[in-house]
Amino acid sequence: MRGARVARLFPDPASANGRNGDGDGDRVNDFAFKVGTVNGTGSASANSLLLQSIFRMGIPVTGKNVFPSNIQGLPTWYEIRVSRDGWTARTPDFDLIVAMNPATHERDIAEVRSGGWLLHDSSWPLDASLLRDDVTFIGIPLGRMCVEAFSGGRERTLMKNIAYAGALAALIDLDLDVVKDAIRAEFAKKPKSIDSNFLALHLGYDYAKANFACPLPIRLERMDATRGHVLMDGNTAAALGCVYAGATVGAWYPITPATSLMDAFGRFCARYRVDAGTGERRYCIVQAEDELAAAGVVIGAGWAGARAFTPTAGPGISLMGEFIGLAYYTEIPAVFFDVQRTGPSTGMPTRTQQGDLLSIAYASHGDTKHVALFPADPAECFRFAVQAFDLAERFQTPVFVVSDLDIGMNDWMIPRLEWNDAWRPDRGEVLTAGQLQAMQRFSRYLDVDGDGVAARSLPGVDPKGAYFTRGSGHDSHAAYTEDADAYREIVDRLKVKLETAARAVPPPEIREREGAEMAIVALGGCNGAVLEAAARLAIDGIPLDYMRIRGFPFDVAVGEFLRAHDRVFVVEQNRDGQLRSLLQLETGIAGDRLISIRDYGGVPLSARAVMDGVTAQLAEVPA
Amino acid sequence: MTSIAKPPVRHPALHPNALGLTRRDYEGAMSTLCAGCGHDSVTAAIVQACHELDVVPHRVAKLSGIGCSSKTTAYFLRQAHGFNSVHGRMPAVATGVSAANRELAIIGVSGDGDSLSIGLGQLCHAIRRNVRMLYVLENNGVYGLTKGQFSASADVGSKAKRGEQNRQKPIDPVLLALTLGATFVARSFSGDKAQLVPILKAAMRHEGFALVDVISPCVTFNDHEGSTKSYASTRERQHEVAPVDFVPITHEIRASYAPGEALTVPMHDGSLVRFRKLAEDYDPTDRDAAYATVKRVHEQGEVATGLLYLEEDAADMHALNHTIAAPLYDLPFETLCPGSAALEELMRELE
Ligand SMILES: Cc1ncc(C[n+]2csc(CCOP(=O)(O)OP(=O)(O)O)c2C)c(N)n1
Ligand code: SF4
Repeated sequence: MRGARVARLFPDPASANGRNGDGDGDRVNDFAFKVGTVNGTGSASANSLLLQSIFRMGIPVTGKNVFPSNIQGLPTWYEIRVSRDGWTARTPDFDLIVAMNPATHERDIAEVRSGGWLLHDSSWPLDASLLRDDVTFIGIPLGRMCVEAFSGGRERTLMKNIAYAGALAALIDLDLDVVKDAIRAEFAKKPKSIDSNFLALHLGYDYAKANFACPLPIRLERMDATRGHVLMDGNTAAALGCVYAGATVGAWYPITPATSLMDAFGRFCARYRVDAGTGERRYCIVQAEDELAAAGVVIGAGWAGARAFTPTAGPGISLMGEFIGLAYYTEIPAVFFDVQRTGPSTGMPTRTQQGDLLSIAYASHGDTKHVALFPADPAECFRFAVQAFDLAERFQTPVFVVSDLDIGMNDWMIPRLEWNDAWRPDRGEVLTAGQLQAMQRFSRYLDVDGDGVAARSLPGVDPKGAYFTRGSGHDSHAAYTEDADAYREIVDRLKVKLETAARAVPPPEIREREGAEMAIVALGGCNGAVLEAAARLAIDGIPLDYMRIRGFPFDVAVGEFLRAHDRVFVVEQNRDGQLRSLLQLETGIAGDRLISIRDYGGVPLSARAVMDGVTAQLAEVPA
Repeated sequence: MTSIAKPPVRHPALHPNALGLTRRDYEGAMSTLCAGCGHDSVTAAIVQACHELDVVPHRVAKLSGIGCSSKTTAYFLRQAHGFNSVHGRMPAVATGVSAANRELAIIGVSGDGDSLSIGLGQLCHAIRRNVRMLYVLENNGVYGLTKGQFSASADVGSKAKRGEQNRQKPIDPVLLALTLGATFVARSFSGDKAQLVPILKAAMRHEGFALVDVISPCVTFNDHEGSTKSYASTRERQHEVAPVDFVPITHEIRASYAPGEALTVPMHDGSLVRFRKLAEDYDPTDRDAAYATVKRVHEQGEVATGLLYLEEDAADMHALNHTIAAPLYDLPFETLCPGSAALEELMRELE
């Protein structure tokens, strides 16, 4: 099998068996908490302060923002998982919840695990009906303290967030100096803000210290497990990939969760691509009037020889459909980032999903099929972004980098990104003026070496390279045709081209496990949860091989892996099992071998969902 | 990297331009439009304009949407790359081409269906971006290629071939462009080459988006009595507001223009556009006046033609973006990739 076999990033967890049922004693560097607030009140910076500070204590940590499609006034949550074993998936088991939003008190209190803690603002009494015997309530008068210490509604609201961060610091033993350093760095240019942040931090911290037994059994201890890593979101990483790949034209129409990709591209370009003397830009960003136009700009730029891309989400992909077919059939390189969100229609724009797999694979009308890459984390967003431009130019076709809201917008702990200065872009078969002059006749769509790819010419280079690009029927010389054979010659070659591309996309990542007869298959953002679930299932006596798909069209290794296992669990985040359908369609594997495990409520996948899925199916199907 | 094709053996009657190219060198494939279609006359005018302007054919990118009009990009400049894109979306593709290679001269051809219905948003936003290009709107009041449905420019009361009357108000691309802040707005008639060719030449020299609305009758579906965009109807109603003469510096002929009757507007590239004012007070640099004139002439039941509005100093897309002068598609990779040291520094900031 050609699949890339990789060593496990982290060893199987020593704590794996103790994690879900809670063992006695302290749970050092292995717990989860979340903060429930109201959006638009400035809690995001307090939460990212917490995440960063834990990370800087050397402890593996992930943060998941569960936020509403709204600007101000609706409930929002931030979930932080501390995992000394390096597990990155979301966990639904919360040891502690900071309930700052009265509107969600009932739900937040219900979600604390038995034996856990609830931190609330005791400036106002909690409704007695909400109290639970199996949860410890920690009331801190955050609001009242901030009203006394600060003036003005804005500052009082903002500082309440820093105050709960301070209280948490005391409760979980977060190093206050690390937090203060982070605040200093954040407000380097606003010393006044540093003072008020420190004051607020201490309001919470000192109160907690004075009134509660700090730290709680869920607590932090310095580690050295984040060295060589950074915290980064996938959209930022993908944007950086575009910069490093040499993309010069970006076109887009704002849409959550893809917007921050173009924002980051703009920021990086402003930093790296503006001439210090003249202010001239070595890039062009077009905020188009809609996604149709964004796709058109990218295709026009690709046709004219630039590396061009557009970030979007499912609704944008739908609008781009016609243009995607044009680019496929006229063979124009174009890179599309689909940061998936929950559909259909507007769906839940701020929640995650893997709902666009089928619509990407065969986007547009007629016989089309597309190259797609499925990064599993921000590190791969960077690498696949770079690779996408190479593939697009090499195969002269649209290439999709398919991530999701969880990967794109949440901060992940990833190994530091690296760059090889010897790397040069693969611009594919582009004829120079000299090459064109030396040719008898240039035929735009004539494949001479059998890989399905025909050399192209760029406008403005040489009159001999001129041809007429058309979405209507054309022959190998690019001339208009409605002749059946001439038409078939082109579309059959496109098929060969996509077959060649299947060998060039990243191969699946395969992890084999001692004694495994069954397997699990997933892609993209499911990876963290599946890795964790597989490790825990192995401890429970259910060893599974694991294949993570990274590219489409599928490499031969994908079919081989499926055929080598009698029973394969296909894990994905959509209702209809789109990956499973795609595997069946493309590999011809019998459907009864593929057992679907789906989680599609819009929150990132947890290991528990995967484990429950597997064990439930095993209970149903006699072995 | 560029080179100029050697002209083929030429008919003695075809005189070469400064590049040694004859008009033939600016032609394209044989037209497959209906005999007598106005669009073919526009094609001929584009050929003539490019020839007279000494345009280097392969330094042009010709783009279009979908429709009979959009097919015509195949019928001129065979030595230029052409792109027949999708219905109504040529402006976006042109924007991308311009973004990638600002040195190409872009000629976009569209129809009234392509531009005013499915592609109305795209037209508006290309105007707003002020993409440097010639945008020819071959306006016949119908959808030719889909066989004669009314387009959004059909006048109230105009009759379709089957007899039904249009009752919806038309969209006038010229008024629209003026309102949107277009920097070059002209209108002509496919049957009036003497006016159209100079307008096209001026438009191609314009450093921004140049809209040329050309009334271009569809002989098959819209050239009958009751149609307001037929040959007969248009010839009769044409009202020349501002005849334009485009005079490149190399061939400047002033003698034919009596002083006092002409307004000379210098173009950015140094060449001059001269307006002969039919109305004594007509000023093509006054947007409000242009709007009022077009409306007034329209209310008289006439079509205002000529170079209606020109703003020479507006920043085009690249000026607005501060794009580097060299075409982006060809920048050395080393000037685009920040390299490993920059990445290391960035990673340190994120640690
Ligand atoms: C998405 C899409 N919808 C519909 C069509 C069918 N169609 C082709 S040309 C055309 C109208 C063209 O009208 P116009 O732009 O006025 O050009 P003309 O043929 O009159 O020159 C239509 C509706 C299409 N090609 N694509
Ligand atoms: S149908 Fe009309 S617009 Fe189309 S080619 Fe014929 S005359 Fe021209």
